[in-house]
Amino acid sequence: MAQGILGRKIGMTSVFVDGRQIPVTVIEAGPCPVVQVKSSEGPDKYDALQLGFWEAKESRVNEPKNGHFKRAGVKPTRVLREFRGMSGFEEGTEVKVSDVFVPGDTVHVSGKSKGRGYSGVMRRHNFHGHKGSHGTHESKRGPGSIGAGADPSRVWKGKRMAGQYGNARTTTRNLVVVEVIEDRNLLLVRGAVPGARNSIVELRKEA
Amino acid sequence: MSDQILQDLERRELKTDIPDFGPGDTVSVHVRIVEGGKERIQVFKGTVMGRSGRGMRASFTVRKIGAGAIGVERVFPLHSPSIAKIDVDKRGDVRRAKIYYLRDRVGKAARVKEKVKKA
Repeated sequence: MAQGILGRKIGMTSVFVDGRQIPVTVIEAGPCPVVQVKSSEGPDKYDALQLGFWEAKESRVNEPKNGHFKRAGVKPTRVLREFRGMSGFEEGTEVKVSDVFVPGDTVHVSGKSKGRGYSGVMRRHNFHGHKGSHGTHESKRGPGSIGAGADPSRVWKGKRMAGQYGNARTTTRNLVVVEVIEDRNLLLVRGAVPGARNSIVELRKEA
Repeated sequence: MSDQILQDLERRELKTDIPDFGPGDTVSVHVRIVEGGKERIQVFKGTVMGRSGRGMRASFTVRKIGAGAIGVERVFPLHSPSIAKIDVDKRGDVRRAKIYYLRDRVGKAARVKEKVKKA
């Protein structure tokens, strides 16, 4: 059964485990109210939980959404996300980090990566660029050739070029939970996580 | 606000009993070593090359001349629980924060002048 929770990236630090210094990302996760339960027996035809995160003023949430929250009997939240395949919680209850994760779990973390704007091919695709000297002029960071000539007479689809980089949904898979601090709703995960500090992340674990 | 949370987390593990030491000082670092389930203390004595980093990630480098006149440098995480104790044996009088120039010196030239306290 899939499980998950919503959180906010706090930042990175390091902890010592068995004398080894380990880089960790601190995530403030939950508590998340269960706003809607979808089930394969019901009209939705699949199992999922809709979780909320980050409390919002009622006046800041529009009327239809307020009704949606009221129906579940929870306070309005700024973020609403669906966790497919998750069950075992009632509508109106709260999911806490400690309900979902214990140290040693592997977790997939999804979030919106830092926006890097319109980036060249070196930054975006790790191209090598050109020589700094030996006659190179005007093109030290360019992509080089983008294909053959008369045949095919066009550029292949998916050709890696310059363009918007970042600010896209990214998932880092199989991170290990180092520590769960229940009373402060904190989760320490080994390694880096997508997004800037204070950005919203989705944490999932399978099985 | 998030900085506050990070600070709180780090405070749990930051050591408070670190002596004042810096580049040029001669220190004995007592390292906990676990061997076959048994723990013992090994002392690494040498000259502090420099300190780096802040907070949880702070570290320092110690250089000693080992057997066969081989220079040995070790980098220790300052707040590592495997460091049992740091003793400052001698204060060195140096003019820079990183005394890497010691690497290029051999024998008597590789010494650091001892700091003499002003009366």
